[in-house]
Amino acid sequence: MLGALDWQAIVFVRAWRDPSASELIGAAAGGLAVTGALAAVVLLSVFRLWRPLWSGWLTSLDHKKIGIMYIVLSLVMLLRAVIEAALMRLHQLVAVGQGGPLSPEHFAQLFSTHGTIMIFFMAMPLLTGIINYVMPLQIGARDVSFPLLNAISLALTAAGAALVMVSLVIGRFSTGGWSGYATYTELAYSMGEGVDYWIWAVTLSSLGSTLSGLNFAVTIYKKRCPGMTLFRMPLFCWTTLCTSILMIFAMAPLTAATVMLALDRYAGFHFFTNDAGGNMMNYANLFWLFGHPEVYILILPAFGVYSEVFATFSGKTLYGYRALVFATMCIAVLSFTVWLHHFFTMGQSANINAVFGIATMTIGIPTGVKVYEWLMTMVRGRIRLTTPMLFAVTFLVTFVLGGLTGILLANPTIDFSVHNSLFLVAHFHNMLIPGLLFGMIAAVQVWFPKAFGFRLHEGWGVAGFVCWVAGFYLAFMPLYALGLMGAMRRTSQWARPEYGPWLAVALLGAVLVLGGVFCLAMQLFVSIRRRKELAVPVGDPWDGRTLEWACPAPPPEWNFTVIPKVASGDAFTVMKREGRAYEMPDDIEDIEMPANSAVAPVICVASVATGFAVTWHIWWLAVLGLAAGWGAVIARSFVLDTKRRIPAATLRASHAAWLDRLRRTVPVSRAGETDPRNDGLAEHGA
Amino acid sequence: MVQARGADGMRRAQMAGTGRGGVTGTRSVCAARVPRIRHLPVLLPLMLAACGDARDGIFFAAGPVAEAQRAHFFYILGWMAVAILPIFVALPFVLWRYRYGRGRGRYAPEWESQRLLETVFWAVPVVIVVALGVMLWRQTIRLDPYMPLGPDPMTVEVVAMDWKFLFLYPEEGVASVNTLTVPAGRPLRFVLTSATVMQSFVVPRLGGQIYAMGGMVTELNLQADAPGVFRGQNTQYNGEGFAQQKFEMTAMAPDAFDAWLARTRADAPPLTPEVWQSLDTRATADPAVYSAYPPGLFGRVVDTTLGTGSHHGGAGQ
Amino acid sequence: MSGADTRHPGLNLGQTDAGGHDAAEEVVFGFWVFLMSDMVLFAILFATYATMSTHGQAGGPAPLDLVDLGSALAETLLLLGSSFTFGMASLALKYREGRTRLVAWLALTFVLGAVFVGWEVHDVHVWITQDDAPPQRSGFLSAHYLLTATHGLHVAAGLLWMAVIAVQIGWFGLIREVKLRLMRLALFWHMLDIVWIGIFTFVFLYGAVR
Repeated sequence: MLGALDWQAIVFVRAWRDPSASELIGAAAGGLAVTGALAAVVLLSVFRLWRPLWSGWLTSLDHKKIGIMYIVLSLVMLLRAVIEAALMRLHQLVAVGQGGPLSPEHFAQLFSTHGTIMIFFMAMPLLTGIINYVMPLQIGARDVSFPLLNAISLALTAAGAALVMVSLVIGRFSTGGWSGYATYTELAYSMGEGVDYWIWAVTLSSLGSTLSGLNFAVTIYKKRCPGMTLFRMPLFCWTTLCTSILMIFAMAPLTAATVMLALDRYAGFHFFTNDAGGNMMNYANLFWLFGHPEVYILILPAFGVYSEVFATFSGKTLYGYRALVFATMCIAVLSFTVWLHHFFTMGQSANINAVFGIATMTIGIPTGVKVYEWLMTMVRGRIRLTTPMLFAVTFLVTFVLGGLTGILLANPTIDFSVHNSLFLVAHFHNMLIPGLLFGMIAAVQVWFPKAFGFRLHEGWGVAGFVCWVAGFYLAFMPLYALGLMGAMRRTSQWARPEYGPWLAVALLGAVLVLGGVFCLAMQLFVSIRRRKELAVPVGDPWDGRTLEWACPAPPPEWNFTVIPKVASGDAFTVMKREGRAYEMPDDIEDIEMPANSAVAPVICVASVATGFAVTWHIWWLAVLGLAAGWGAVIARSFVLDTKRRIPAATLRASHAAWLDRLRRTVPVSRAGETDPRNDGLAEHGA
Repeated sequence: MVQARGADGMRRAQMAGTGRGGVTGTRSVCAARVPRIRHLPVLLPLMLAACGDARDGIFFAAGPVAEAQRAHFFYILGWMAVAILPIFVALPFVLWRYRYGRGRGRYAPEWESQRLLETVFWAVPVVIVVALGVMLWRQTIRLDPYMPLGPDPMTVEVVAMDWKFLFLYPEEGVASVNTLTVPAGRPLRFVLTSATVMQSFVVPRLGGQIYAMGGMVTELNLQADAPGVFRGQNTQYNGEGFAQQKFEMTAMAPDAFDAWLARTRADAPPLTPEVWQSLDTRATADPAVYSAYPPGLFGRVVDTTLGTGSHHGGAGQ
Repeated sequence: MSGADTRHPGLNLGQTDAGGHDAAEEVVFGFWVFLMSDMVLFAILFATYATMSTHGQAGGPAPLDLVDLGSALAETLLLLGSSFTFGMASLALKYREGRTRLVAWLALTFVLGAVFVGWEVHDVHVWITQDDAPPQRSGFLSAHYLLTATHGLHVAAGLLWMAVIAVQIGWFGLIREVKLRLMRLALFWHMLDIVWIGIFTFVFLYGAVR
C-alpha cells in the first residue's frame, strides 16, 4: 500500500531512535519545515485568506501574479539553501581535525540540496518570475502567449520544490550533488529514496522550464506591440529571448539524462552502470550539455537587468545597444559548444581538450565587451547610487574577478590542478552570485514599486547590499586560496588545522549573507508598514525608459488601456519627452483576458503526488497522479469559455482615475527619488 | 623554477625533523621564502597560510607538470590584467565624475555609440584570447596527461576503490594501499581504473588530475623532482568515506627507494585473495604495503567492473 | 497582420477561415517551438543509441540481431500511410468538405497508427522472448528500447489526442478551437513520421548492413 515507505523514514522517528547531533539537526530542520507549513495554514485560516488566495492567486493566469508567485517560491527556497550553506561551513570549521556535528551522509545531503535548490528552485524560479512580470510589460503586451501553460510551468516547478521540501521530513535526499553524477547515483552505490527524490524534483523543474522558455520565446516573437521591432526592444527582452531559446534546447538533455538514470535505477537498464555496456561518460556529457547552457540561462537575464539599471540610474540611453545584443547572441550560441570543459580530466585526447578550452575562452570576448559597454553607459550620464545601482556597480567589479578565474579554469592545464577543488566552487559562486543573484535582487528593487505600488525602503536596501557584498567576498575569496592549497569540494572534514582560519572567514561570510537575507526581509517588512509614504501610484518612480513604467503601479490586470504604439527604443522616455506619456486614449475597446483556471493547481498536486509516489514505489498513487494531471488537461480542452470580457467602460474609468491621481501629483526631480515626495511622477529632464 | 626546488628541500628537511611540522620551524621557513617569490601580491595570502603547514597545490610545485601549470597560471594573469585593470581604474573615476548632483562630466543622455571605442572593445579581448588561445593549445598538447615525461617511466597501476586507493607496481611486484612510494627524479606513469564509481586522482603539488573509471583505463604522467612527501586524494565525491580517501605520496632518492623496495619485499605481507576481499568493501582503510600481489590483478579489476570477468569479487583470485 | 498576409509554417486556412487563420499564427508557432524541443530530445536519444550500439553491446545481441526488415518495412508503411491519410484529413479540413470526410480520414489514420503501435509491441515481445534481448541485458539494448519506445509512446499519445479531438468534433462541431488542435496534431503526427524515418534508417537499415 505504501511501497517502500515506513515509519523509520520520518525524520522525527529517526531522531527519536538515534538522538545523534546529525539526526537532531535533521529533525530540527524537518520541524521548521512542518512548522512553517502549519503556520501558513493557520494564518490563512485565521485571516480567512483561503478564498482570496485561491481565486486571486493560485488559479490566476495573470502573468504578473504568476511572476510574483515564482519569486515568492524562490525566496523561500533561497532562505533554506543559504541556511544550509552556513551550516556546512560551520560544520567544516568545527570538524577540522576532529569529527563535526554532522554525519558525512548528512553533510552530503546538505551540499546536494543546497546545489539543487540554488540552481533549480531558487535561481530558475527567480529569473522566471522576473521575466514573467517584466517582459510582457516591456514589449507592450497584455499577457504571455499561453497564460495557462505559464501557470502549468509554475505548477511543475513548485511541485519539484515541494518534493525537495518533503525530503526534509520523509526520507533522505540524494548525496550525489546537484549534478547527480552516475555511477555513484546508480542503485548499486546509492540505494534508497535519495537519488529518486533528486531525479523527480529535477525532472519536474526541467519540464517546467522547457515550457516557460517556449512561452517566453513565442511571446517575444508574436506579442510585441505595434512598432516594437526586435531592435527596439529593451535589452532585458533580448536577454530573455536568448535565455528562452537556451531553455528550449538545453533542458531536453537534462530530462533525457534523468530519465535514463531513472530507468537504470527502477528497471535495471544499463545506461550508466559500470557493467553490461553502460557508461557514465554519457551521463557527464548529457548533464553538461544541459549544464553549461544552463549557466547562461541563469546569467543572461541578469545581464538584461543590469543593462536596464545602468541606463535608468545613469539617466542615459544604453551605450552600444547593438553590440550588447550581438554579444548576448554570441554567448547564447557559444554556450552550446563548451560543455566538455566540465570534465577536461576525463581522459580524452589533448586535442579535444584544447578545442573546448579555446571555445570556452572565446565566450570571454562578448562578455568582456558587455562589461565595457556597461561602463560606457555610465559615462556622460548622471549616476544615482541607489540600491539597484549599488548592486550593479559591485557586479561589474566582482564579475570581472569571476571571469578571470573562469579564463584560468578554461585552460585544461590549470583545470587539471584545481578541478573539483574549492577554487572551482569559489569560481562558480563568483559568477552566479553577482551574475545572477545580485541582478535579481536589483530587479526586485527596481520593479517592486511597479508591482505593489510602493517603493522598498532604501536604508534597509543599502544595509542588505553591504551584508551581501561583504558576505560574498568573505565567504568565497578564502575558497580560492583553499582550493589552490588543494582543498577539495564536498569534503565534510579536513585533518588540517591550517585550513581553520580560512574556514572561519568563510563562515563569517556565510553568516553575513544570512544577514543580507535578513535585511531584505526587514526591508520588505518595513516597506509594507510604511507603504503610504513610499507609495508611487503614478507608476514611474525611477524616471523609467521602457514601457512598463507607462502604466500605473500596480498595473491593472490588463496592463495597458490600449496597446501602445512605439517608434523607437527607450519608448517611454520618448513619450515623456514628446508629452505623450499620460493621455486619455480615444480608441478604448472591450478586451478579453484569460479567465481563472484550476488546472494548474490540480497539476501541481498531481505532480507532487506522482513524484512522491514513484520515489517511494507507491504505484497506485503514481498512476492516480498521472491520470489526474493529464485528466485535468484533457478536461480543460472541453472548456471553450476560457476568456473574461472586460468592457471598455471599465478600462476608461480605470484610466481616468489614474490620470486624475496623476494630475494631483507633484513631479519629483531625481534628487528626491528616494524620499516620500516621490509619488511616481518624474520631473522632465534630469 | 629553481625556487620551488629549494622550497622542497626545506620542506623535506622539515618533514624529517618534525614529522608533521612544528609551528616555530615553519615560520622561519616562511620568512626565508618571502624575498624569493616574484609574484608577491598574488601569493601573499597563500604565504600567510604557509605559516601553517598548508603548502600544497600548484603554487608549491614539486614537479615539471605543476611547474609548467604555475607558469601558465601567471601568464594568463598577466594577459588578463590588460582587460581587467582598466575596469578597476575607470570605474571609480566614472562614478565620481558623472555622479548625480555635483558630477562635473558632460551630460549626454542620447550618447549611445562611438565607432572607435566599439572597435577597441571588440579588438582588445580578441587579441587577448588569441594570445591566451595559442598558449592554451601549446600547453594542453605539451602537458597531455598521456604523454610520458621522459624515457623509462616507472609504471604504477592505480585502482580507485571505496574509499581508498590501491597502488600496484607491476615491474617491482609490490603493492600498497593509501600510501605511495616512488623514486624522485624519475618519470611516473600512472595507469588508472576504478573498481567502483568514478573517482578522480590528484596529487596537487605534482599537478595533474585524471578520472579513474570502472571498466576503463586512463593515464596520468607525473614526476617528483626531488624527495618529499606530497598529499594525494580522490576529488570526486563517492560516499561517506570520501573525506578520508587521502594518501601520502613519498618521493625518495633512487637508492632510498631501492632500499624501501627491498624492505617491503622482505617484511610486508602479500596481498592475498583474502586481503583483496577485505579491501573490496565500501570502507576506509589504513595505509598498508604488500610484498606481492596476484599478477594481472589490474586487468582483472577492469574486466570484473566491466561485467565481463568472473563474478564480482573475483578480481583477487 | 491578418488574413492571407500571414504565412505560418503549417496548414494555412487563410482562404476559407481568415479568423481561424489569424488565431493559428501564435499557437502553431508555439507548437513548432515545442516540436523543436522534442526533436532535441530525440536527437539526444539517437546520439545515445549511436554510442551505445557500438560500445555498449557487452557481448550481448548486436543491432543486426534485432533487425527484421520485413517487420520494419511494414511499420514504416503503416506510419507513412497514416501520415498520408492525415494529410487527406488536413485537406478536408482546409477546404471544408464536411465533417464526414474529415472524420473518415482521421479514423483511417487512427487505425493505421494503432496497428503500428500494436506491431511495435509485438516486435518488443519477439525481441524479449525469442531473441533473448530484454533492455536489461546491455547498454545497447537499453538505448535501443528507449529510442523506439519513446517514439512509440509519442505515437500512442498522438492516438489519445486524436481520440479526444474526434470526441470534440462530435461534441462541438468543427469550431475554431478544434481546427487549431487538429492543425497541431497534424504537425505532431508528421514529425513522428520524420523521427521514424530516422529510426528506420539508423536502427534497422544501418543495423542490417553493419
